[in-house]
Amino acid sequence: MLDFFFSLFRPPYNWWVAYAAIVGVIFMALQISAAVMVYFERKVSAWMQQRYGPTLVGPSGTLQPIADVVKLIFKEELRPKQADALLFSLAPIISVATCLIAFAPVPFGGSTTFFGWLDEPVALQIANLDVGVLVVFAVASVGVYGIVLAGWASNSKYALLGGLRSSAQMISYELAYGMALATVVLLAGSMSFREIVDAQAGYFGYLVLPSINIPDVIPRWNVFAMFPFGLIAFLLFFTAGVAETNRAPFDFPEAEQELVAGYHTEYSSMRFAMFFMAEYINMVTVSAVAVNLFLGGWHFPLVPEGYGWIMFLVKLAALLFFYLWLRWTLPRVRYDQLMTLGWKILLPIATLNLLAVAAGVIAFGL
Amino acid sequence: MAFDLIAFYVFAAITVLGALAVVGQRNPVYSVVAIVGSFCGLSGLYVLLEAPFVAVVQIIIYAGAILVLFLFTVMLLNATREDGAEWDRSHPYYRPGPTRIGGVLAVVLFGQLLWAISRIADTGGIGEQQPAASSVRLLGRVLFTDYMFAFEVTSILIIAAMVGAVVLAGRKGN
Repeated sequence: MLDFFFSLFRPPYNWWVAYAAIVGVIFMALQISAAVMVYFERKVSAWMQQRYGPTLVGPSGTLQPIADVVKLIFKEELRPKQADALLFSLAPIISVATCLIAFAPVPFGGSTTFFGWLDEPVALQIANLDVGVLVVFAVASVGVYGIVLAGWASNSKYALLGGLRSSAQMISYELAYGMALATVVLLAGSMSFREIVDAQAGYFGYLVLPSINIPDVIPRWNVFAMFPFGLIAFLLFFTAGVAETNRAPFDFPEAEQELVAGYHTEYSSMRFAMFFMAEYINMVTVSAVAVNLFLGGWHFPLVPEGYGWIMFLVKLAALLFFYLWLRWTLPRVRYDQLMTLGWKILLPIATLNLLAVAAGVIAFGL
Repeated sequence: MAFDLIAFYVFAAITVLGALAVVGQRNPVYSVVAIVGSFCGLSGLYVLLEAPFVAVVQIIIYAGAILVLFLFTVMLLNATREDGAEWDRSHPYYRPGPTRIGGVLAVVLFGQLLWAISRIADTGGIGEQQPAASSVRLLGRVLFTDYMFAFEVTSILIIAAMVGAVVLAGRKGN
């Protein structure tokens, strides 16, 4: 079976079979990443609250996500009598489909042979698009429909309020998100993920501005570019990303104390699981995009490009842990505070930051 | 080429069927969903015309921003199904005269569309155009040099509309 799989990558191969294999592997990897995230969410939350977390299913509870999925599959699919049948079924499909499509232009490693398993290096990316950054943004903005339609089709006040809140929140934070993306596009002079990451190889030979020379210690990552503007853009991007994925402390669409479970109050069984999976895959996508745009992608000091995907996974894991850390540290902000933060704080900072970076690019050609 | 052609027909079918569904059924929420589908098909057509930037912008602006607000409005106003029996037949727009004018207008627009299509047909098929529109850099340069005036005027127009909306929404009473 493995021989067959790897034979697809050897010279007399059919490119589209290999391509389909890559798509399939990434598709499965994303879904498995959701399961892994569920496990880590439980374990990390337990660790932060001085509990044990899941311990019974498998060694240290590692099979807990499988038990969760089996439970969800065997549960009954409920649909409220007054719900809109078509849109009620369509909403989770939109959520999952958009979050899976959003990963298509995101690379997660340079060309690699996986320690010599493959004869020819493969590029770890589904599609290297000229406008890759914008595609992620566009697909994520379509993902709002899944949540809004779920809220409306459920015909329940909690679900409707959750859906409305979510759409307002996502539209508000898309602006800061887009401005932070534009900052990176300015720095790299490209909208293709691969070109943006390749522009981050090597080191900065200077601090702040080209006038102060220092030895090659600071990696040429966008987060360090034009200090502190690159860092500000990264923080803006990640804050907006947390709001976009509806995670704590911005998890209004599913604020338990006010809205039961928000937009998925009326969902059960696998339809609920699809929303749940979409949320976790969105976290992975936002983190992967942040790693590519700001943290140098698969480039890491002293690590050759063939092993870069390991460094990418390490950085991805660090950002995902940060997500969990945020959730179990910060309380949920109030809804008006959320809107104030998005419109009156993040958006002006993002705009000024973009102008500053644009001025820097023109003045120094960095 | 065969793949392009199949893709063209699929996207064209999505676009046209989506557009028909917008006006062909009476649930406003379904109409918004159908127009999102129609725009996604249209975006696919832009990709086939080697203008990926236009395709993505189409999704971001129309499907991602404007139509979400449409959906928001439809849901907040709780617009119900339009039922034929509930139509106010006495309203001037439903009298025979305006209906006939609308019919004439539809025929004129259809004629114009046919005329436009007949003129486009001899400029080349799918994939034979210059891929110039795909370059974001070129597009930006042209927008801020040759079309600077139109660009700025559009900005002022949009700002005026925005300020107007805020003033109308912020008015106390009435």
